Amino acid sequence: MSEYNFTDTAAFHGVWVFCEQRDGVLQSISYQLLSEGRKLANDLGVELCAVVMGSEVPEAYLKALGGYGADRVYNCNHPLLKNYTTDAYTKVLCDLVMEKKPEIVLIGATNLGRDLGPRCAARLHTGLTADCTHLDVDVEKYKAFLKTTSNIDVDNTKFEENTNLKMTRPAFGGHLMATIICPRFRPQMSTVRPGVMQTQEFDEAGAAKTIVENVAVDLKPEDIGVEILEIKKTASKMVDLIGADVIVSVGRGISADPDKGIALAEELAGVLGGVVGASRAVVDAGWISADHQVGQTGKTVHPRIYVALGISGAIQHTAGMQDSETIIAVNKNDSAPIFGVATYGIVGDLFKVVPQLIAEIKAAKAGK
Amino acid sequence: MKAIVCVKQVPDTSGKVAVKADGTLDRASMATITNPDDLSAVEAAIQLKEATGCEVVVVTMGPPPAEGMLRELLAMGADRAVLVSGREFGGSDTFATSQILAAAVNKIGVEADDVVFCGRQAIDGDTAQVGPQIAEKLHLPQVTYAADIQMKDGSLVVKRLLEDGYMLLKVKTPCLITCVKELNTPRYMSVSGIFECYSKPMEVFDYNALKDDPLIEVDTIGLKGSPTNVYKSFTPPQKGAGTMLEGAGQLVSILNDKHLI
Repeated sequence: MSEYNFTDTAAFHGVWVFCEQRDGVLQSISYQLLSEGRKLANDLGVELCAVVMGSEVPEAYLKALGGYGADRVYNCNHPLLKNYTTDAYTKVLCDLVMEKKPEIVLIGATNLGRDLGPRCAARLHTGLTADCTHLDVDVEKYKAFLKTTSNIDVDNTKFEENTNLKMTRPAFGGHLMATIICPRFRPQMSTVRPGVMQTQEFDEAGAAKTIVENVAVDLKPEDIGVEILEIKKTASKMVDLIGADVIVSVGRGISADPDKGIALAEELAGVLGGVVGASRAVVDAGWISADHQVGQTGKTVHPRIYVALGISGAIQHTAGMQDSETIIAVNKNDSAPIFGVATYGIVGDLFKVVPQLIAEIKAAKAGK
Repeated sequence: MKAIVCVKQVPDTSGKVAVKADGTLDRASMATITNPDDLSAVEAAIQLKEATGCEVVVVTMGPPPAEGMLRELLAMGADRAVLVSGREFGGSDTFATSQILAAAVNKIGVEADDVVFCGRQAIDGDTAQVGPQIAEKLHLPQVTYAADIQMKDGSLVVKRLLEDGYMLLKVKTPCLITCVKELNTPRYMSVSGIFECYSKPMEVFDYNALKDDPLIEVDTIGLKGSPTNVYKSFTPPQKGAGTMLEGAGQLVSILNDKHLI
């Protein structure tokens, strides 16, 4: 192996996706990242590789990654990789990066990915951009993106032509968007929030074609400084906001009677066939658990119907829901910013409006 | 035994956020607070002090006014404070910041039974990167997203939050732990603490104080040492305003017509 030089940018080729598994099951963020990585690899004319770490992850699961765009799957198979530990995963990923030299490494911004990414970036002496919501290598595609999502006068702005990875993320609680580059060092690393990138349709031919390559893993128990005593899934089912078709979210407007506000939201979600979400204020106040949080520091969602009850619409919140197909806002304050992103708005007290809404929907459904 | 806590002073993004015409943040017009997750880290360190009698050292990188925040943390119960401040450190991204903070922690000194605490992430950047990056530079094992910490036979047993549950991890000291708000409820400054905070030691580490650490090089700190740069920044546009409706009845009839329900 030649000496590893992170500043020799020309020596790095290919797009990698770290595919996270838990309990031997690949997480859906892996498919989202592969689908996005496929587009980047096409623009660059390079290979897309999936990196899987685990213990005896079934061959069928590995081959299936080809169906989401992977040309090659690096299978890092070792008993010590069965469950995530910072030390083992960092060592194996960094060793492989140093050997193969990819130009881009994408990692899901999960509680594990956000532990692994920075540790690896620090070891590899390169940049990492957290919680990205958009990625481009092609300048023209980036400009097209800015035209629909920014206040920049794209046609009269000069853009440096290069194929650096342009990593866009919200900053300052979503009040600003920043596009970050890592021009001098490789690999360019990025964590991407679950639910932001769309998963491509499964491609049988891709799955059949993909090459699974077993990687020799050099790992000893003494490499790992942390011992796993227990892994526990919480008994209560976590709310699946990302996969939800309808989300009814509550904000500070329920503060007069939080329990009743949440109960009303649950009832409305029930008749619409949806789940309950919440703004950061509601989670911070302890009225509902953090898995319900929508927004910049919560989850990014794009359901068919999003109902915002008593949510003022700070950018912190709208950053996570503004791409919903139909947005309905109920708020007492007629100048609340949420009405700026809403498809339909009702000015009124949610404690009065929601029961009417539930009754009207029930009546409409009964009439069908 | 020491508990070293890395903290950050941040603009209060939960309140009114002021953006200048050029799209950058108008920090001068915004209130500053101690980053919320970092307060949980300070509280965890003070609880460790109450259990073991260890010393609590708070360290921050920032401009000279950050001293005010450090005094508040001394009033909360920390024993001494370090302000890392220097023109050379300006413009640092998370990588360069962690180089500097790791050098500062090295200068404070990490001994066998010490614990370094950080908040999980700061509300201005929300990256959660600096903690793990400091751990890597210091060659310490890390546990992030700590929601519970227990001492057990010289080791820490940490409950690390996952999206759908948790991991219980055992880690030996020295180590680095990043804390989430579920970990504890940070205490307020005490009256006696406020009286004492101005007599507690406060050191300033400038560039000269840290420059002999191998982590501090021209190309590893500040703007020049930052691997990442801002390519463009912009404010997201407001979507066009939607239709305002009279009440629930009108809304439901529209939803019905559009086959949305």
